[in-house]
Amino acid sequence: MKESLAKKSIEYRKRILKYIYKAKAGHTGGSLSCVDVLNVLYNRIMNVGPSNFDSPDRDRYVQSKGHCVEALFVVLADQGFFPESELETLCQYNSHFIGHPTRKVPGVEQNTGALGHGLSLSVGMAIAAKLDKKDYQVFTLMGDGELAEGSNWEAALTASHYKLDNLCAIVDYNRLQISAPTRDVCNTDPVADKFRSFGWEVVEVDGHDLDALEATFRKLPFAAGKPSLVIAHTVKGKGISYMENVLKWHHGVPSEDQYEQAQKELDSALLAL
Amino acid sequence: MDREINMGKANLEVFSETLQHIAESNRDLLVVTSDSRGSGKLVPFAQRFPDQLVEVGIAEQNLVGISAGLASAGKQVFAVSPACFLTARSLEQIKNDVTYSDNAVTVVGISAGVSYGALGSTHHSLHDYAVLRAIHNIIVCAPADNFETEEAVRQAAALNQPVYLRFGKRPMPLLRKDVPFVLGKGRVLQEGKDLAIVATGEMVHPALEAAALLNESADIEVTVISMHTVKPLDTELLIQVAATGMPILTVEEHSVYGGMGEACASFLLQEGFHNRFQVMGIPDEYTVTGSQQEIFDHYGLNGQGIMEVAQQLLGVSQEK
Repeated sequence: MKESLAKKSIEYRKRILKYIYKAKAGHTGGSLSCVDVLNVLYNRIMNVGPSNFDSPDRDRYVQSKGHCVEALFVVLADQGFFPESELETLCQYNSHFIGHPTRKVPGVEQNTGALGHGLSLSVGMAIAAKLDKKDYQVFTLMGDGELAEGSNWEAALTASHYKLDNLCAIVDYNRLQISAPTRDVCNTDPVADKFRSFGWEVVEVDGHDLDALEATFRKLPFAAGKPSLVIAHTVKGKGISYMENVLKWHHGVPSEDQYEQAQKELDSALLAL
Repeated sequence: MDREINMGKANLEVFSETLQHIAESNRDLLVVTSDSRGSGKLVPFAQRFPDQLVEVGIAEQNLVGISAGLASAGKQVFAVSPACFLTARSLEQIKNDVTYSDNAVTVVGISAGVSYGALGSTHHSLHDYAVLRAIHNIIVCAPADNFETEEAVRQAAALNQPVYLRFGKRPMPLLRKDVPFVLGKGRVLQEGKDLAIVATGEMVHPALEAAALLNESADIEVTVISMHTVKPLDTELLIQVAATGMPILTVEEHSVYGGMGEACASFLLQEGFHNRFQVMGIPDEYTVTGSQQEIFDHYGLNGQGIMEVAQQLLGVSQEK
């Protein structure tokens, strides 16, 4: 089981690069940093898929850092929401597969893209679950740079005020944003202390350790009556030697040579499993 | 026309009462407020239906985002906050989380226009029609009186799509109830052959007063339309009016830029109509200070002022 999850992570990375390379556009580094979190959520934790996406009882996932849509699209395709071949149209004229999540793509819960929106949306869903006495969980993925958006902190206040222990926010803590390291742009550290002071229960985890991620999410809620925050310590560009922790791969597109090297590195990783 | 018009309540009060009626049989109706239940006349609602009011504190972006999340989970949501904040600070949440994501939230701008009078421009919303007209997938409606308010709230609640409702805070005269109200369809409150005054929201009553003054002073017969829905515009009715060749005067409690008047002018010009046309509203300047009525009087947004502009448009002498 665990081996297959590890295999999926590598396969997802191969597909993220394949479609970004074909589209000549995409958010490469962040998609590679958050894809392990998505892998664990969709394959091990959340009760959501094509067969129950219309159900009011499904778990919800809102990707607040919408620009890392390529990771979401390959995972949704793998879940069977749509044929993976449709990703060939990524960012092309009249395609639903644009550079941010839209509900025109099956499996996407909310349209996102402007940063600082996902947490409020998720708080609304989590309040609705409490009102309706439903036990679904709401997950939202944010970036560490995104935490500079003030609306997140409005939502963080409301989440603890309403004791939303059915809400789990995840920070893809890769420490880089488009123009520089997050600590140099507008330092959002210490993230854990900030959320704790807002009434959240916080757990930090290696965001590429699939077992640790699964074990962490299985402990939800981390405290009764409190919203949960997972700080996933990740590496931007994870899995590709020349992309890891390198700023320009925020939305860099590999050349032909770079693309082939990246696929070779991932093939080697598959063989090493 | 009948000059003896009875005073009703503030449209906001009727809004709150109508929501209570709907909530009696609809447990999914939720009101979401940003510390605005008092100014929204929603205290009685909160007392009767405490589980159907979600308070988010003074956080308008969060107000609209949470409302969208609630609507996506099947709730029928009215997001209530002063129009000045709701349609500016949380405009991105209206654009992305409500309209683009197609979450059926009714966004309710209270104490709109210059209702807050001497509180000043931070508290005025003279831009809301303009910004919302340029955003796809939202109906924009400003009811004129208590009747239009009740109908608009009921129809918005029954629709499964984004709506913006705009209310002032002062008591409004009771106008005709025998002309049906349908979102997206203007109401012809009186018919005349010399001039059409197309007004929206709480400017409809002064438009009727101007029509009465014009009739008394110079036998001018005026058509008065309540164009409560600014988007989508009732283009069919506009064509009917313009086809008579009458001059058209529009009146709104909004900037003269980007509002209902410009919407009518743009539509009619592109349809090939060249009626004499004038837009009345708040000019593009630092708004004069004063109470709501003093601001209206300063800019001629009252029966007398509208009559004078109408006379100029008609080319008739202002001497009786």
